[in-house]
Amino acid sequence: MTANPNSHSGNSRGAISIRNVSKVYDPGGVNVRAVDDCSLEIAGGEVCMIVGPSGCGKTTLLNAIAGFHSISEGQIDLDGEMLCGPSKPLADQGADRVVVFQNGALFPWKTLAENVAYGPVVQGVMNKNEAREKSIHMLDEAGLSGVADKYPGEVSSGMARRAEIVRALINDPKVLLLDEPYRAMDALTKSIMHESLLEVYDRTKVTIFFITHDLEEAIFLGDRVIVMTTRPAKTKKIVDVKISRPRDYRLLSSEEFRVLVEETKEAVHEEAVKAFEAGERELA
Amino acid sequence: MVDKKAKTPALVRLFRDQTFRRGVIAILAFVVLWEIGSQFKSWFGVMVPFIGKIAPPTAVAVSWVEVGQWPGYWQSWYLSTGRVFLGFTVAMIIGIPFGLAMAVNKYFRGMFFPPFEILRPIPPLAWVPASIIFWPTTELSIMFVTFLGAFYTIVINVLGGARSIDIQYLRAAQSMGATQWDLFRKIILPGTLPSIFIGAAVGMGITWEVVLAGEMISGGGQQGGGGLGFFIWSSYMGGVMDQVVVGMISIGLAGYISSSLIRYIGHLSMPWRRMF
Repeated sequence: MTANPNSHSGNSRGAISIRNVSKVYDPGGVNVRAVDDCSLEIAGGEVCMIVGPSGCGKTTLLNAIAGFHSISEGQIDLDGEMLCGPSKPLADQGADRVVVFQNGALFPWKTLAENVAYGPVVQGVMNKNEAREKSIHMLDEAGLSGVADKYPGEVSSGMARRAEIVRALINDPKVLLLDEPYRAMDALTKSIMHESLLEVYDRTKVTIFFITHDLEEAIFLGDRVIVMTTRPAKTKKIVDVKISRPRDYRLLSSEEFRVLVEETKEAVHEEAVKAFEAGERELA
Repeated sequence: MVDKKAKTPALVRLFRDQTFRRGVIAILAFVVLWEIGSQFKSWFGVMVPFIGKIAPPTAVAVSWVEVGQWPGYWQSWYLSTGRVFLGFTVAMIIGIPFGLAMAVNKYFRGMFFPPFEILRPIPPLAWVPASIIFWPTTELSIMFVTFLGAFYTIVINVLGGARSIDIQYLRAAQSMGATQWDLFRKIILPGTLPSIFIGAAVGMGITWEVVLAGEMISGGGQQGGGGLGFFIWSSYMGGVMDQVVVGMISIGLAGYISSSLIRYIGHLSMPWRRMF
């Protein structure tokens, strides 16, 4: 049997290498170590799921890759080129690493089509008409043909989130950075989101860096699930999800799936208890 | 069947609207109470507060019909409207960029916010003497006072609105390759638009509030219009209370019409906020 025929699908783009990264916040002289000596190799085209207790530093890692926050030590590379490192703590922001946020960040004053067209237009790679045509086409592909000219406030949260992923994909990014994008959704909407994201992934094979609290989501979507320790964040356990793609919802009731969830749950639970106790100590 | 609904005249539809009817009934009830209160002076031996002391609406209406025949009254409308709109427009032209500049640049904010905050609490009325000294003509002095009325409110709203834009919008835009100029034009500006219109509507109300203070210096005769503010002031000096009330209601109406106009423009320019 080969190592893992499903992951690392041969996409040479979007490999992320995180090496010995630490991040120290210094609010008012009190050092808070959010990430500690964290190393992680993500192959191009991998779906890498990050789970861990609340406030453990997962988002800090994502912010470092996206270029929103600097790192204190270590280095992060994308396809062999340094994003941030000792000589340059803050990565440049760029459309090769597009972020989809927790609460959704479609611009409320633009229609879905205008939102999707935003990236290519500001980068100057397409004019307005070309960008609009491509946006409508991509929204169609995502099953959003009827709502292209509606404002985000007029569509459901599920549609808005799908449109947001389309807005990211139109930039042809090397990496999609997703920060708990489906957190506030009900189970039914969530399952539709999952199938839609898997469909997108099977089509594009874009590298996905996905932060979540939902273990079933992590295993259902991911090639690997990285369990982080409580703050400061390190990798505690890596779960290989050797389940073939394309995947669908029958998977959820399979024995294989349940075993993986149990295995992950144990590791996460341990860290959650530690985080909870640390929280109580801080309060005491 | 469908045709019938489409052919219903706009006025009939307006009167079928619950909210509109409620407003009309509230105003009518107020006028009736005022009439009764000021006709009878006292109810069951108790002096009716406030409205017992002023002219009843019927007397005000009679006075209004009389005043309405003076060209000077309508000239007052014209003059006050002109002063308010010019002062207000200048306040928007200076206030919006000033507020935005303070929102996006911390050096600019550090330099200009403290003096701005010291000047802000000074009531426009207190500026009247200085304003007379500052400006060569009375007209400019009055406009300056109305300008001050709107300026602070507009700046504070723009500053607050621009600073409260969700950082995720900025990050999303930057991660898609937006330059600083794109961020300003396509994120900060539309993101601040709701606050700009709130500031404008409130500021417009204040300019009508302060136009009286400004027009105390305008001069003009009882019938030769010095503006609605002056109209009230000179009616009071002449002891004609029902005319004072006519002037007060005139300013109230003018303010309401102006603010409605701004809300309507806001409604037109922010399509994403009118979906419900």
